[in-house]
Amino acid sequence: MLLREGSKGAASSGALKVAALVSLGRHPVTGRGRRAEQDARAVELGLSLTSSEHISLIHAGTAADETVQAMRGYLGMGLDALDLIVQPPDADVLPALATRVMETRPGLVLCGSRGESGEASGMLPYLLAERLGWTLVSGVAKVEAVEGDSMTVLQALPRGQRRRLKVRLPAIATVDSAAPPPRQSAFGPARRAKVRHFELSGQIDAEAADWTVSPARKRPKRLKIVKASSARDRFKVAAAKAEGGGGQVVKGVSAQAGAEAILKLLREEGVVR
Amino acid sequence: MSDIIRRDPRREHILRNRLHPDHGVVLALVGGALSDAARWIGPSGLVRRNPHAVGFIGPNGLRRIDRSGAPTSGLRSAAKSEAASDSRREVVISEPAFYIAVVADLPGGRLSAHDRDLLGLARQLADAERDGAVLLLAFGELRDEGLGDSGVDRVLEFKGGHYDGYGPEARLATLFVVERDLRPRHWIFPESTLGGGELGRRLAARLGVRPATQVWQIADGRCTGRGAAGATDITRALPSVVLALPECGEPVTDTRHAATPLAVTAAVALPLRRVEDLGAVAVDPAGVALAEAEFILSAGNGITDWDGFHHAAKVLGAAEGASRVAVDNGFMPRHRQVGATGTWVTARVYLAAGISGAIQHLQGIQSCEKVVAINTDPGCDMVKRADLAVIGNAGEVLGELVKLIGKTQGERRDVAA
Ligand SMILES: Cc1cc2nc3c(=O)[nH]c(=O)nc-3n(C[C@H](O)[C@H](O)[C@H](O)COP(=O)(O)OP(=O)(O)OC[C@H]3O[C@@H](n4cnc5c(N)ncnc54)[C@H](O)[C@@H]3O)c2cc1C
Repeated sequence: MLLREGSKGAASSGALKVAALVSLGRHPVTGRGRRAEQDARAVELGLSLTSSEHISLIHAGTAADETVQAMRGYLGMGLDALDLIVQPPDADVLPALATRVMETRPGLVLCGSRGESGEASGMLPYLLAERLGWTLVSGVAKVEAVEGDSMTVLQALPRGQRRRLKVRLPAIATVDSAAPPPRQSAFGPARRAKVRHFELSGQIDAEAADWTVSPARKRPKRLKIVKASSARDRFKVAAAKAEGGGGQVVKGVSAQAGAEAILKLLREEGVVR
Repeated sequence: MSDIIRRDPRREHILRNRLHPDHGVVLALVGGALSDAARWIGPSGLVRRNPHAVGFIGPNGLRRIDRSGAPTSGLRSAAKSEAASDSRREVVISEPAFYIAVVADLPGGRLSAHDRDLLGLARQLADAERDGAVLLLAFGELRDEGLGDSGVDRVLEFKGGHYDGYGPEARLATLFVVERDLRPRHWIFPESTLGGGELGRRLAARLGVRPATQVWQIADGRCTGRGAAGATDITRALPSVVLALPECGEPVTDTRHAATPLAVTAAVALPLRRVEDLGAVAVDPAGVALAEAEFILSAGNGITDWDGFHHAAKVLGAAEGASRVAVDNGFMPRHRQVGATGTWVTARVYLAAGISGAIQHLQGIQSCEKVVAINTDPGCDMVKRADLAVIGNAGEVLGELVKLIGKTQGERRDVAA
């Protein structure tokens, strides 16, 4: 991690302020509240960027015991305090979060790509960025450097590929599950850390009242449909070997010619440049 | 050529009369189609059959005999199959009443299976009322020729400078213009990490609509999607922006569509670029999980020079895989084993060097797109499975491959210098 402008000495005023938006997670098997996997990665990423006093943890939700216990899971990663904006159950937390983020004025907001409870649509960072007019960058795996008003990040792509992006600050970044795994939560520090309660009036999410929510059904498996006009075609499909055939066989040539044939295919597929 | 069979009485007469001077000639003319391993004309003019050569061996080892009498090859069957494939209904929508827009991922400029599922879903929505048209939006170079076969009525293609690489802001501005210009009734995005999921959410936030995410079913104007990290199903009225999972709809197979190019009239005001793409980063293939790797070089019992193999994998930039024998013999670590008891890989290109292709191994590479085999035995199962098989010594061929790559890289360096 490079911090070019604003060295450690001037850190108190110049260092990047980071806010991590954390949510209540659910254990996939037991269903108990816990720190959410991706949000914990976001906190971990924040801790790799600056020291813990420059990171503010923000959660908007109910002040139920379960929530507070789960939030202590984040605090046990080495942070002193968490801002809990108390909202009624089923409230739309966006206005509350936007207000709080404007108050703390961080340079970078980190959040997980998707929640583990409720709708979990992954829309929150996008709506927040739209409302605040900040840059949004998705699927961050690593922050390489922060220089003045921009940062260089690695974005995670499928198949373990990475893309380097230069992002203008202030920004909102969603953290991919390819980011480094979160550290263990330590029980003692988690107990000692403070949970600061804030009261903000919340708006009830009225639209969601019309939804039907049920436990996830197993998705139907797609069948292989054979469209054949005659019995003969159906027979041929049923009797044909599932795979094989049609491949090109290079035989009786020198090793060099064989290698050339392979290289041609690899180039066509774009795996070798 | 017409399909009508015309009889030639004279030729039939000659065929019946073995003493006719032209009998041999006519017989050869007709018998040309007859002579194969199972049926041929004997020296006396009689048709001879070899009952052992009839039919073929099916997948479960049983002999299958096709007695329908239809010719297995030749002109007639080709004409017939063409006629069969043309039986798909041609659909032309000249004046679309409304649009269903699909923003496809198009990896490599071609429709992915996920994209096709979305187009099927869009078709379902468009056909619910008269004259609905499916509009495909493509960013970057479009290389797919079968767009019409996948159910696309109109295509909007955006290519050139600012659409190359990662530029969600320019794309979002473009989508916004399309929204104002054509007012699609629904926007459908793939719920994928390739860009569709992000673009869909950005558009929904910009338009101020609440999208349905993780959707896997649409029926009767309501959609069902996963919520709470896959733990619940949320059913709601279908919103205008939908992010759909793979297999959300059936790909189009019955109809053919026009896929006419379209252009937006309004100019796209490109926004300030706040996210800049600095290009792909070279990743260490050894660090990528085997199940995710795009290109795998796999070693089996036919590899003897292991240093050469590791070097080849490094030069090719491939992740290393292995058959069970190579692992059991201690040449490769256990987590590199491909197959039923190892890892099920999804590589786009799988290069198998010295692997016989036991069923347990082939199971693990079922979802690989291109399989290349290097083997000394042309009859082995891996060669049958492979799209390209090179018969030869694996060590030598890999060595040549390394040399070839080194040579072209050297040339490129010379050009650059
Ligand atoms: C329950 C069970 C589970 C199993 N699970 C797996 C599994 O998950 N994955 C797996 O891989 N196997 C698995 N196996 C083992 C599997 O059945 C085969 O034994 C194994 O895959 C064979 O490995 P191979 O092809 O490397 O070796 P071989 O079968 O010995 O094949 C070597 C091949 O290399 C070729 N060859 C030899 N010399 C050269 C040369 N110089 N150049 C080029 N080619 C050469 C030969 O022609 C031959 O085709 C399992 C078996 C069982 C019973």
